[in-house]
Amino acid sequence: MDPKKPRDSAAESARAAQFPDEVLERVLSLLDSHKDRSAASLVSKAWYNAERWSRTRVFIGNCYSVTPEIVAGRFPNIRSVTLKGKPRFSDFNLVPQNWGADIRSWLTVFADRYPLLEELRLKRMTVTDESLKFLALKFQNFRALSLLSCDGFSTNGLAVIAARCRNLTELDIQENGIDDIIVLLNFASLSSDIDFDALERLVSRCNSLKVLKVNRTITLDQLQRLLVRAPRLTELGTGSFLQELNAYQCPDLERAFGGCKNLHTLSGLYEATALYLPVLYPACANLTFLNLNDAALQNEELAKLVVHCPCLRRLWVLDTVGDEGLEAVAMSCQFLEELRVFPANPFDEEENHGVSESGFLAVSYGCRRLHYVLYFCRQMTNAAVATIVQNCPDFTHFRLCIMNPGQPDYVTNEPMDEAFGAVVKTCTKLQRLAVSGLLTDLTFEYIGRYAKNLETLSVAFAGSSDLGMQCVLRGCPKLRKLEIRDCPFGNAALLSGLEKYESMRSLWMSACKVTMNGCEVLARERPRLNVEVMKDEESSDGQAYKVYVYRTVAGPRRDAPPFVLTL
Amino acid sequence: MGSGEGGYEKDLNLEATELRLGLPGTTSSAAAPDQEPEARQARNNKRSLVDRCEEEASKDASRALQKDHDSAPSSKAQIVGWPPIRSYRKNNLQTKKTEAETSSSGIYVKVSMDGAPYLRKIDLNVYKGYSDLLKALENMFKFTIGEYSEREGYKGSEFAPTYEDKDGDWMLVGDVPWEMFMTSCKRLRIMRGSEARGLGCAV
Repeated sequence: MDPKKPRDSAAESARAAQFPDEVLERVLSLLDSHKDRSAASLVSKAWYNAERWSRTRVFIGNCYSVTPEIVAGRFPNIRSVTLKGKPRFSDFNLVPQNWGADIRSWLTVFADRYPLLEELRLKRMTVTDESLKFLALKFQNFRALSLLSCDGFSTNGLAVIAARCRNLTELDIQENGIDDIIVLLNFASLSSDIDFDALERLVSRCNSLKVLKVNRTITLDQLQRLLVRAPRLTELGTGSFLQELNAYQCPDLERAFGGCKNLHTLSGLYEATALYLPVLYPACANLTFLNLNDAALQNEELAKLVVHCPCLRRLWVLDTVGDEGLEAVAMSCQFLEELRVFPANPFDEEENHGVSESGFLAVSYGCRRLHYVLYFCRQMTNAAVATIVQNCPDFTHFRLCIMNPGQPDYVTNEPMDEAFGAVVKTCTKLQRLAVSGLLTDLTFEYIGRYAKNLETLSVAFAGSSDLGMQCVLRGCPKLRKLEIRDCPFGNAALLSGLEKYESMRSLWMSACKVTMNGCEVLARERPRLNVEVMKDEESSDGQAYKVYVYRTVAGPRRDAPPFVLTL
Repeated sequence: MGSGEGGYEKDLNLEATELRLGLPGTTSSAAAPDQEPEARQARNNKRSLVDRCEEEASKDASRALQKDHDSAPSSKAQIVGWPPIRSYRKNNLQTKKTEAETSSSGIYVKVSMDGAPYLRKIDLNVYKGYSDLLKALENMFKFTIGEYSEREGYKGSEFAPTYEDKDGDWMLVGDVPWEMFMTSCKRLRIMRGSEARGLGCAV
């Protein structure tokens, strides 16, 4: 390109003609990543148009940041939509019912603008049975529905989908906690009886069934009958693993598992005990993901199991396995990349069980590729964390939950500031961090200074003053999501982020020291943010008890319930 | 919220608000050495978290505790949404714990009574039905239960037998069929006074 030539529109269209739209669209259609596509759309008008016409998948991280009309207006050819709704703390009962994030208004627009829609993936949205029925009736090509942590529907709605959507290949319903019956491919979270005969027939029909996840009402012998009909399984979620099997059933079951040569993901195992776990061993050779969240294993049981899982990359367990169980993991699973340890009895302070710093340490010595951890424990030390991140400097996700709020280092009685300081100094690739324990502003100074790749930060019962939050807002250039509860951060902290919030997806602050005045100032200064305050019977006048701030081009919500005030 | 490191740990002193009928002074945790034994005892007698929390220093902790609709008069004063576990997972684990405690050899549940210094444990399997159970409770704790009616609960006494079910809700003993009660009961509590009447009339 000759810089001396005048950049008039004639020259520009001449250049564009050298590269016809169809070619550009074809090239751009090969782009998968949303970030790449966003970048491409900013190059020029021609590229913007080519990108929007060639895009078939869209990801919307906050359903209120944009309207379905705007989306459909820009992207005419979408086949797959991913939408996220409620703020994450709604998982922990901090958001009242009927807050919003209903899919229906989106479906109405999609029925008109995307009749060929094939996939819908929703997280934390409200989906009623009527919406599911609407979906089944209006979209003839519909193939894949994934509902993660959604609410509002029952199996009646799912039944309509199952009955009407002829091209359905994926139905993924996870962690929604609904209590009813149905038959299909992933019902691990449903708690009632499944019509087993119908399920068996269905599995027989799908010769190449890859994913089968049943709920805990399916017994071991029923599982055996399903397994023999699904030799190509790569992902299996078993039902109950507690059953008195007779002399014939046990070897049959072993053979059935032995036939599962392609299994890479295993979950379920409700009530599994030492008695029947061994039937799994032959199926574990290629296992990369083992989800033992629903099986309260003891340390020996886990130890014996993981010996057979040398390829394991991801492991989710309950803390019933104890530090010894984790030591066994460290010895057997050197390729482990992700570890999640959940508390079996989170509300029972009398428990002396669970895991401590030593289990985590052991894993860090044995599994040097560890980069994702979620760890619930009742005690931790600064020294242990420092050693852990020295062993495993590649952490991208570090979520540590010391369950007693505000608990110090149990050996030195000091705050846990140095622990998280070590994390952010050593783990330069850190994207997600959740902190806990007794923390002063120093922790946040460290985060602001060192966590240059941090995108998500979760804070609870921490900090000493506004300075803490200010450090984070001023220091972390890539911050997208900040969620804070029960911290002494007030208006000064909130307003220090004035320049920042439009570059973030959202901010959540609850039970902090922010007032209505502070929120009003923020709303006034930044009209492109929605500043929502959730009213509470117990909040005193002037206090803003729950604040949710997010950027949006959609303006204030039109569907806000009475307890949500948009300032 | 949260007054920094100073009175902060004390504000969220879960130990102090725990509804656990231990003998005064016998707490395994060192968290509440400054609490008066009598105050702790008195606190244990109150049913509602609101009452209990008015004695707490921190208004904010009380707000958080009041809002925990899950826990009602539970044995633990839980902070809403903490630890950050999804409620779906929480329900699964609670169910598992109950099942673990029941075996063919006995369904043991703890029984507490307002005002009594320690708890008892009984095996529900031993009783043939509600009248059997209630008579046994009357004997154990030396009190009288009133007449049960579906409409009005237990009338004629200042005591009402209640139980915590699998979902964490507090229910009046007698409302559901005996078999259902046996499998869903996690612990029993004999309530006394106005709270008892309140529970009966709420039906």
